[in-house]
Amino acid sequence: MIRVENISHSYGEVQALRDISFEVKKGQIFGLIGPDGAGKTTLIRILTTLILADQGTAFIDGMEVQKEYKKIRSQIGYMPGRFSLYEDLSILENLNLFAAIFGTTLDENYHLIEDIYKQIEPFKHRRAGQLSGGMKQKLALSCAMIHAPNVIFLDEPTTGVDPVSRKEFWQMLKTLKERGITILVSTPYMDEAAMCSEVALIHDGQFLDIDTPEKIISKYKPLLYRAKSSKNNALLKEIRNSGWTKSAYLNGEFVHFTVEDLNDVNKIRVFIQKQEIEIMEFKEVNPSIEDCFMDLMHSPTE
Amino acid sequence: MKRFNAFVLKEFYHIMRDWQTLLILIGMPVAQILLFGFAISNEIREVSISFVDQDNSRYSREIRQKIDASNYFKEGVEIYDTQEVESYFRKGEIKMAIVVPEGFAEQLVNEGNGQLQVIIDASDPNTASLLSNYIQAIVQSYLDEFNRGAKPPFFIEVRSELVYNPELKGAYLFVPGTISVIMMLISAMMTSISITREKELGTMEVLLATPMSPVQVVLAKVVPYLLLAFFNAVVVLLMGYFIFDVPVNGSVPLLLAEMLLFIVTSLALGIFISSITSSQQVALMISLMGLMLPTILLSGFIFPVENMPLPLQVISNIVPAKWFLLIIKGIMIKGQGIAFFWKETLILLGFTLFFVVLSIKKFKIRLS
Repeated sequence: MIRVENISHSYGEVQALRDISFEVKKGQIFGLIGPDGAGKTTLIRILTTLILADQGTAFIDGMEVQKEYKKIRSQIGYMPGRFSLYEDLSILENLNLFAAIFGTTLDENYHLIEDIYKQIEPFKHRRAGQLSGGMKQKLALSCAMIHAPNVIFLDEPTTGVDPVSRKEFWQMLKTLKERGITILVSTPYMDEAAMCSEVALIHDGQFLDIDTPEKIISKYKPLLYRAKSSKNNALLKEIRNSGWTKSAYLNGEFVHFTVEDLNDVNKIRVFIQKQEIEIMEFKEVNPSIEDCFMDLMHSPTE
Repeated sequence: MKRFNAFVLKEFYHIMRDWQTLLILIGMPVAQILLFGFAISNEIREVSISFVDQDNSRYSREIRQKIDASNYFKEGVEIYDTQEVESYFRKGEIKMAIVVPEGFAEQLVNEGNGQLQVIIDASDPNTASLLSNYIQAIVQSYLDEFNRGAKPPFFIEVRSELVYNPELKGAYLFVPGTISVIMMLISAMMTSISITREKELGTMEVLLATPMSPVQVVLAKVVPYLLLAFFNAVVVLLMGYFIFDVPVNGSVPLLLAEMLLFIVTSLALGIFISSITSSQQVALMISLMGLMLPTILLSGFIFPVENMPLPLQVISNIVPAKWFLLIIKGIMIKGQGIAFFWKETLILLGFTLFFVVLSIKKFKIRLS
């Protein structure tokens, strides 16, 4: 459904994308996962025909992004990173406008967005500017879906949205996926990777890995431990100072660190105890996508 | 077409919902016309003067009556000593004092010439020279009556006939001027701000990813402002006609057509501005400095173009309002037909075409 071939793009001196190639099959949720500035938005804008890549090309449903941009634009749905609907228009007016732009009507395609829209329908006369973050996302998704696109591109749809709404939003994406719609979604939240059929870990304009979330985790090699203290920053510093760890970083309320050898773990534990840092937890854990990301980021890419 | 209509409707929503801006847009022309009409006026009407009659003769009393009988002056405080005049000027109670010196009548009768002294507050030089002219005219007409029957030895009378605006009304100047300012303001400034707002808010990005072309987006945006500007221009025209007796001597349909042309020129300018910047603030600054100021100062609205230094005269040629003012004054005041200003009309058309083509070239089908 989406095919990307050797795309590179730069803004002046800054290289935003370096030789990216991948493919997304029909009916998949493809997650672009990476921190801010990794190149997610640039890639999405190239695929939605909004900017031209310096090098390489891409095809959406067989249509080339540069030459056939007009055709592509009438067949895709796009939801930019920032809420970009008209805040002084009501929910209903926004929907009607986008329906009209695509030459359809709300009634005609009501069934397509029913699941999402009915959650905000009771407020349909409220101005978009007065909606909560979660409701805005639902409206934006409804507007992006109103013309029955086969592919939708969502740029960080859950950024700045409360955890409950985030969960709901992913549930909606799953429903769309089951209807055969291809979804390319970017997110800085690593925990959302599990909801995707396939993910690309993107960092500094490059893909660190593309695979199903399960496979990415199964490829994880080092031994991963987590520790917790009342002074995590000091703990992190000491773990790094100990010299037996490959990498150590903060992860939520824990310090995660990796070792190659079981013996090193005990050496680290003793080392920390000498520093008089109280340890509340110290155990081996299974890696998450974030740990894989950290590991891939530090290891040289093949 | 349905798509276009929905978009125009959306623009109307934007304008209607921002009621503060709407109020300013509709209220401003009315306020401007009333300001120009009543407050900023250099017409002479009921100016306070004092008559210092030290002669108290038949002639001095007759002159005084003659002056009082005109609508231009009204007598303020009574002053008997010329020394006091200045203090009343300072207090701003009077603008002019007419002093008839002692022995005025005697000299007039015996020697055939009398001398009146007129002291004028010239802190506003334009008004001062007008006052001086008026008083000379009144005294001259008194002298004419006085001399009737007698034959002066030698006499040339200069009779000026003021055509088109015999009463020298300021309204003849500011009604066309205000129309051009209003149309420039609403069409160019509001359009450029409204287009750049879409860029700033990111809605342009969403629109670009739809089958709607940027040209369609901009055209749909322009429609409501065209109507609004036209409505305002007609309001100003009606106010001029009914409140300040400014006539439309020429053809009304022609006038409306030329106004429409100027609105389109302004819209093209607004679109052009929005194509070179993506910030509302910058668009506002360019509109104010680059369009509004020249429209007010260089178009001949306030200062006659012929009196400007040569470089400014040259610059005034690229101010569309200059050409529009020539056209609209020609129609309204002189009652001219298209034969007299087809050149100016062509120039406006040229401006419009130039900016439309330039903007279309700069229109982007993609971001940045």
